[in-house]
Amino acid sequence: MSEPILVTDRLGKHFGALRAVFGVSLEFAPGQVHAIIGPNGAGKTTLINLLSGNLPPSDGRIQFRDHDITGMTPDKISQLGIGRSFQKTNIFPQFSCFENCWLAAQSRRGTSMQFFRKARRLTDVETRAVKALETCGLGERRDTVAAEMSYGEQRQLEIGMMLATEPELLLLDEPLAGMGTEEAEQVIELLRQLAKKHTLILIEHDMDAVFAIADRITVMVNGEVLETGTVEQIRNSAEVQHAYLGDEEEDA
Amino acid sequence: MSLATFLIQLLNSVQYGFLLFLVASGLTLIFGIMGIINLAHGAFYMFGAYVVWWLFGYTESLTVSILLGVPLIMVLGFAIERLAIARLYQRDHLYQVLLTYGLILILNECQKIFWGSDFYSVPVPELLAGSIPLTENQVYPVYRVFISIVCMLLAAGMYLLIQKTRLGMTIRAGASNREMVQALGININWVFAIVFSLGAALAGFAGMIGAPISSVYPGMGDQILIISFVVVVIGGIGSIKGAFIGAMLIGLADTFGKVLVPDFASMAVYATMAVILLWRPQGLFGQPVH
Amino acid sequence: MFRTSLYTNLALVAAIIVLATLPPFLGIYYGNLVTRLMILGIFAMSLDLLIGFTGLVSFGHAAFFGLSGYLLGIIMMDTESASLYWVLPACLAGTALASVVIGWFSVRTTGIYFIMITLAFAQMLFFFFNENVALGGSDGLFIFNKPTLAIGSWNPLDLEDHHTFYYVTLVSMVLSYLGLRQLLNAPFGQVIQGIRANENRTRALGFATQRYKLVSFVIAGTLAGFAGFLEAMHTSIISPAHLGWHESGTAMMTVILGGMGTLHGPVFGAFALGYLHDWLQDVTKYPTLYMGIFVIAVVLFLPRGIAGLPADIGRLLRRKSPAETEEEEP
Repeated sequence: MSEPILVTDRLGKHFGALRAVFGVSLEFAPGQVHAIIGPNGAGKTTLINLLSGNLPPSDGRIQFRDHDITGMTPDKISQLGIGRSFQKTNIFPQFSCFENCWLAAQSRRGTSMQFFRKARRLTDVETRAVKALETCGLGERRDTVAAEMSYGEQRQLEIGMMLATEPELLLLDEPLAGMGTEEAEQVIELLRQLAKKHTLILIEHDMDAVFAIADRITVMVNGEVLETGTVEQIRNSAEVQHAYLGDEEEDA
Repeated sequence: MSLATFLIQLLNSVQYGFLLFLVASGLTLIFGIMGIINLAHGAFYMFGAYVVWWLFGYTESLTVSILLGVPLIMVLGFAIERLAIARLYQRDHLYQVLLTYGLILILNECQKIFWGSDFYSVPVPELLAGSIPLTENQVYPVYRVFISIVCMLLAAGMYLLIQKTRLGMTIRAGASNREMVQALGININWVFAIVFSLGAALAGFAGMIGAPISSVYPGMGDQILIISFVVVVIGGIGSIKGAFIGAMLIGLADTFGKVLVPDFASMAVYATMAVILLWRPQGLFGQPVH
Repeated sequence: MFRTSLYTNLALVAAIIVLATLPPFLGIYYGNLVTRLMILGIFAMSLDLLIGFTGLVSFGHAAFFGLSGYLLGIIMMDTESASLYWVLPACLAGTALASVVIGWFSVRTTGIYFIMITLAFAQMLFFFFNENVALGGSDGLFIFNKPTLAIGSWNPLDLEDHHTFYYVTLVSMVLSYLGLRQLLNAPFGQVIQGIRANENRTRALGFATQRYKLVSFVIAGTLAGFAGFLEAMHTSIISPAHLGWHESGTAMMTVILGGMGTLHGPVFGAFALGYLHDWLQDVTKYPTLYMGIFVIAVVLFLPRGIAGLPADIGRLLRRKSPAETEEEEP
């Protein structure tokens, strides 16, 4: 197997006495779709927040290619080539779709501390932004104000903005959250396309989607990794079934 | 500095700190629980002082004036909350700042209309007008000690109220989750009105009890407000504990600042704030910013 | 993102033409008043950069307005004559330095903390000057000798002449507006607007938002210092009140009244508020009282300010709450 693109070594995060994530050691291979699943409260979003720099880890290390990114700020991590989409739609609602992607695309310039040139004349930024818009399927909605779009379209924009930053590794937190079947299928197809050229780490609850596109699955329970393996392995794993079914019994 | 002088300044710091705490705790409570920045909070302090002076003119008794005055300030607070503050709950901080700034302008002008622009004084009650000997030739005013004791009792009372009573529990719940409290059938608007009035009463009481020492003059509200802000920022917004520690720190900085560096006394307070913020941008006990 | 309609652009050009042709019709009193209002307009625009475009609500902006005036007063204190060519840059540099220091502390905080901290720093400067006997204490300084534009014996513009100063101020205001417009359309301007719209997201996209906020703060502070310099040159007086929180509060008021995040709105706000203040002082013994009522009325009923009046009337007709309108605000 080639060098993993991302490695975590005994990664942990606690809030006071609460252990949200503990002892997570994972390797993510480049070009693969790696899904992270688990019951609510398993620590999945916390893990993504640790990987994207939104939360500083309490223990452990994170390595991206040959950079140690443990404790780096989100903006530096983004500049290294890790993109993030959020579970709760996190766009610029008052801006148009184009402006949303524009700002994302502008971040790839060496610096934006430029005061005297007209931003809209930067053709490289424009190209990136338009490409991202079209890839995520919003090419026709270029000048629509984001707040006026449907929820599904906003989720598409969420992904589009991430793409405009031209990341190598995509961290996707529940990209299909709240979507109807048709919309979800469009996004799943988009993710399939992206998987050809990027590495994806995705949190999802939609099991059909996960089984359809994932190459590897990690199951998390109570902040720890229960099991990692191929789709077949996880599907047939007694432990995983117990973790899910066991939880259902407790709820009932 | 001799030991006696040091002791006197220390006692002064504590007394000033306590008064500040009364005002700042109201400010931090109102923000922490209701999410409202109330710039006009200092006006309650000012009105407290003026009302007690005014009532003293009729009653000749500080105690009676305070007993009559505190309810008056509570009513004022209640009225302001219902008429103006209640409209700010869902709004951006900027609008809260501006609206309460407008309130300051109105209240300051009202004070001038009612009572004029002169300095007034309120005498210390005879019973408390004596002095306690500290050393052979230094004494300390009984009244200042009295202020500290009263404030300490009030602080303890507040703690009990917030932590140990149903009202206190409702208030704390409302701070965390307003809708939930409403869904439980509790009228959150009344809770907030009560919290606001209590905060106003605390500030007003501070103005009243401090009047014999600080005198009564226009602009006293603005002055205490800014310092209270510093206290709240240092202590962490929404934290009573923080307000207490912050108030004591500022009491020390201000009092000793005046003695040690008289030309830069006022700046000592802000320098303290800058140092603390350098170390902890969210204040000593505030919620950390990520 | 920042954008002005053709209608707005035409209206602005018309307003400038009006201002340029006004002086012959104004007496000395009103000429000076309009000059002062234009200076306040520059001050208001600088604050709008912070509040309306970066999302930083500073309640201590007057600190830079007043500091610049004091620097002028200090430089000219024992000097008979000096050249504006170095005095102005010196005052601006001093103000910029102060804004770097204050900004560095303040920008580490957010939201309500930022509001309170900027207020507290301004108060610090206020007290510094207020208690400094050498600098005139609470009375402030009278600036007897002012720097000139003279090179040798040739003086291109006599700044002591009220008319000349009026036009200098007008040109300054227009240049400030154009400069800020340019800034907002530049890559830097795009980032700060993103910060205002959603700072979290802007950071996640790869921008070091703290740095941008600080730079914005310094630019705004320096521009406020420029306004303060003009004010001190105009009135020959600088006092601690120029740094006080009432000055900061009034500035915030003009931004809201005029319409924050529009850039031109605050200038109209400055004119409206300035004229109102002047009028109230003639008409009543209690101008502050009515000013306070006016402030409250604007907050409750006109949250988008003058520039947003058409939208606000629409809101009233549809009976939405101010809170809902805020969510839609650009």
